[in-house]
Amino acid sequence: MRKLQAIALMGFLLLVGATTLAPLLWMLSASFMPTGQASTFPPPFFPRSVTLDQYVGLFTRLNLGRYLLNSILLSVSVTAVSLVVNSMAGYAFAKYRFKGKAKLFKLLIASMIIPAQVTMLPLFLMLNKLGLINTYFGVIIPGMASIFGIFLIRQYALSISDSLLEAARIDGAGDFRIYWSLILPLCKPILITLAIFTFMGTWNDFLWPLIVMTDASMYTLPVALAGLVGEHVQDTELMMAGSVMTVLPVLVVFAAVQKYYIAGIMAGSVKE
Amino acid sequence: MPGDGRTRALVVFLGPALAAIGLFFFVPVLAAFIMSFTDFDIYSLGDFRYARFVGLRNYLQLFEDPLFWKAMGNTVYFLIVGGPLSIAVSLGAAVLLQSRLVRFQSFFRFVYFAPVVTTLVAVAIVWRFIYHPRFGLLNFFLSLVGVHMIDWLGDPHWAMPAIIVLAIWKNFGYNMIIFIAGLQNIPASMYEAASIDGANAWQRFRRITLPLLAPTTVFIAIITMIGYFQLFAEPYVMTQGGPLNSTLSIVLLMYQQGFRWWNMGYSAAIAFVLFACILVVSVIQTRLQRGRGE
Repeated sequence: MRKLQAIALMGFLLLVGATTLAPLLWMLSASFMPTGQASTFPPPFFPRSVTLDQYVGLFTRLNLGRYLLNSILLSVSVTAVSLVVNSMAGYAFAKYRFKGKAKLFKLLIASMIIPAQVTMLPLFLMLNKLGLINTYFGVIIPGMASIFGIFLIRQYALSISDSLLEAARIDGAGDFRIYWSLILPLCKPILITLAIFTFMGTWNDFLWPLIVMTDASMYTLPVALAGLVGEHVQDTELMMAGSVMTVLPVLVVFAAVQKYYIAGIMAGSVKE
Repeated sequence: MPGDGRTRALVVFLGPALAAIGLFFFVPVLAAFIMSFTDFDIYSLGDFRYARFVGLRNYLQLFEDPLFWKAMGNTVYFLIVGGPLSIAVSLGAAVLLQSRLVRFQSFFRFVYFAPVVTTLVAVAIVWRFIYHPRFGLLNFFLSLVGVHMIDWLGDPHWAMPAIIVLAIWKNFGYNMIIFIAGLQNIPASMYEAASIDGANAWQRFRRITLPLLAPTTVFIAIITMIGYFQLFAEPYVMTQGGPLNSTLSIVLLMYQQGFRWWNMGYSAAIAFVLFACILVVSVIQTRLQRGRGE
């Protein structure tokens, strides 16, 4: 009886798993089909003959290399800058005493409920005045600091013992020395988590780069893809190859560092 | 304690983050609020002095705009139907995965979670083809069980359900992880005691799992609701808000008004209505939970 139950349960979970993966597998499969093959009935699950034409086309005709480069450049720079900025602030909120700290932190947390869309119109005007529309800085600057990032680091840094910091201070280590050689190494797991979150968030972001990047040469992959799908509505296979190029990097990153990503979701869901 | 050095360090540590958040978050929020009471448009874009205060005109106009109510209705439809469905799927997946009968848990967790990390724009394009009336996989499988061709994204009745299915597929893994964390906090002894008392699986789920997961569920309900209110990329890529505006969402309307027609004052008013909705629903959900807890 128990064994039967286990088999039924496993069967069901496998079915759900197959359904979950089906769209991604079909995307991969169709990206290797020659043009037109996906638009036949019954829809073929596998390419009758594997071809790399779509990928070649993406890079030669559609300038995908440029979009890929933009996406990598932006995701890496936003991640690097925001790690430094957020880790410093998170550490300060965890281990420094100053007037109004608790209130300030509460205000920041409470304002997380404000949707980012509210800020976008004035932010666009501001960056426009500064001449930063259609530049990499237009994406990097608003992404420099995040309240969620500060929150994550602060929660983690709270668990670092004060006596350890005191001891370092008595040994003559200055504030920056302590931050650099003690706090950062101790916070490594949460820094990795935050790095993954930021990288993926920037990579997958759509609305803001769509607003800021007005010139095709500055498009990130999602923005480029959303534009291309309008012009190439019939080129199913080509669009699937473009989707693979967009999705694959984040899936690979996720597969490599799954543990940290999951840990971050759990840490983020801890209520005060 | 040496005061100056630490103060200087504090300024260096906190300064950049607070300056960035202040300048690029709080100032824009305030500016948007002011903007929503002006007729800021394409002429003001060149010179801000062309914008004039119009009081509540944008909001009044908004409440008389059938397109706004259409967008609000669609967004609420997406939220009311899609939200609970996606939470139910997440909870179901979490409970099943936590069962002691399941092997290869981490494998399943990985598979179920994979859509969460994918790029929304890319998978929306994939689903657009899955929903293709003639060559799409969905209609093919449905034809095997005798369901006739449905033009998912071309039919105003089906377009929103199609987007809801995509959203559930994309998101359920995220809440599943939070539910799993919640489930792990429920002591196994409670289940054992209930089993000894003769409670079956369903009773254990109703009497132990659900009540003890309530705080987790409220948290999930709030973040899901906030996320679902911001529906944008799916209709942008798949339907452009159509057919017959049946998938026009609040954020899509805001984007179109603000960045396509440059009616930025009007668009700012839409953004604040969105914010107000999110705020009200979060407060209600939090209150409901507190009321139940007391």
